[in-house]
Amino acid sequence: MRQKKYLLTAVLVLLMAGTALAETPETADTVQINLNVVWTLVAAILVFFMQAGFAMVEAGFTRAKNAINILMKNLMDFSVGSLAFFLVGFGLMFGQTNGLFGTTLFGMSGVEPGTDWNWTFLIFQTVFAATAATIVSGAMAERTKFVGYLAYSFFITLLIYPIFGSWAWGGLLDGGGWLENMGFLDFAGSTVVHSVGGWLALAGALVLGPRLGKYDKDGKPRAILGHNIPIAALGVFILWFGWFGFNPGSTTEGDGMIGYIAVTTNLAAAAGAVMAMATAWALLKKPDASMALNGALAGLVAITAPCDGVSPMAAILIGAVGGVLVVLSVLFFDHIVKIDDPVGAISVHGVCGAWGTISAGLFNMEYGLFYGGGFAQLGVQLVGVLAAFAWAFGLGLVMFMLISKTIGLRVSAEEELKGLDIGEHGMEAYGGFQIFSTT
Amino acid sequence: MKLIIAYIQPHKLNDVKAELTKEEVAKMSVTNSLGAGAQKGYTESYRGVKFDVNLLKKVRLEIAVNQEFVDKTVDAIIRGARTGEIGDGKIFVLPLEDCIRIRTGQRGGDAIG
Repeated sequence: MRQKKYLLTAVLVLLMAGTALAETPETADTVQINLNVVWTLVAAILVFFMQAGFAMVEAGFTRAKNAINILMKNLMDFSVGSLAFFLVGFGLMFGQTNGLFGTTLFGMSGVEPGTDWNWTFLIFQTVFAATAATIVSGAMAERTKFVGYLAYSFFITLLIYPIFGSWAWGGLLDGGGWLENMGFLDFAGSTVVHSVGGWLALAGALVLGPRLGKYDKDGKPRAILGHNIPIAALGVFILWFGWFGFNPGSTTEGDGMIGYIAVTTNLAAAAGAVMAMATAWALLKKPDASMALNGALAGLVAITAPCDGVSPMAAILIGAVGGVLVVLSVLFFDHIVKIDDPVGAISVHGVCGAWGTISAGLFNMEYGLFYGGGFAQLGVQLVGVLAAFAWAFGLGLVMFMLISKTIGLRVSAEEELKGLDIGEHGMEAYGGFQIFSTT
Repeated sequence: MKLIIAYIQPHKLNDVKAELTKEEVAKMSVTNSLGAGAQKGYTESYRGVKFDVNLLKKVRLEIAVNQEFVDKTVDAIIRGARTGEIGDGKIFVLPLEDCIRIRTGQRGGDAIG
């Protein structure tokens, strides 16, 4: 008797489900739209995890006495950045544009809570904005006043990143901008995300000056050893993992392109790691691990702009050049310009971001110079690269100098020697461990 | 009573302990230490910057012994730690004023054994 009752209920449920299906037919289009939402959200989650990668790379490449500080900077630039980007940045970047920046969508005003595409797009773009923001913390590590860094985090995701972003990417939603109207190619953000972050890092490191003890009295660089290379290596693997969301996710569509872009992305990263190792081996006599790790990231940053429009062989070449470039650039900034960048952020993100963007003008299979497209696309790419430098570095210099003159950008010499963990946060990263260090 | 302080290569610690056990010397303190000696240093490099490492990792043994154990202990340490290469280490023998076992209050030679 009881069994019959269950059977009846089951039949009723099935019938009801059948009528529900009949009312909203699942066409191929709605399946595709839902697939796009799912893929873009999964990619956003992968890109979010890159925050952990940045935190581990930067903590590993710096000293134990500053580990909490670098982790707090990574936590807070994401958190402050998420709020600022939701309230203001997203609207400036993707709202209806006045020609220079967007003027709608602030705090997602006018977008109904629910299934609207804009929500998925917002979270995807939030993690990109936070990636640009977090690039800077490594270059400014071990000497920056925490409140000064918080102020910077707020401004980059509030204004600096979104306004430049609107010029290149605004048209992905309601906006539009002069760079994309010129036909500027930056698929996933070699320039929009990485170069902007890298050039801000350059401005920050320049205004700050080098860490105490980085240069001797003759101006020769000295080694300041990172305290945990295994953690830094884990961070690089996490970033590489996250990049499978960063580049393939930028399709925002679940189709065959995501697999292709995953391939070009991986080839460039691999070539970057191999060539950075080879370059370090040739120039420095040993395959320096920190350089090879930077090389993988250099390949990833470089392929980010051209990843959708180049051949696999070109992807290998683009990554390989990035790998060579990053080692030369690290040595150049360290030995010649004497700008102290403990983790190589300026070289990885600024320099290789610029290279990747230019490479789209050379290797893009439709418009590239080497594919019969002439110099037009290359010219547009150069305009984008220079605009990013002028905007991010110029505005960065002004902002960091203002912070320096008002709330302060650098800790006292005494605090720097004791470590920022004690000075800024009143705690130690490795309680109970004796840290044995002579620097 | 003497206090024997020996600096040895870290990877020879197990051999030294085995030799000391044969001589029935079981009580010791072992600490990690950094030191510079005849071994000089070596060069490391980090991100393209070379630097000299002249403080090398060593292990420091402290053993308090009664007079009749001094030679046996010193010989055991040498047997365990000696390779004939520069860097094998050094042994210092110091006079020891007194020794007190905290649990019982015993003093001198009784407290050492």
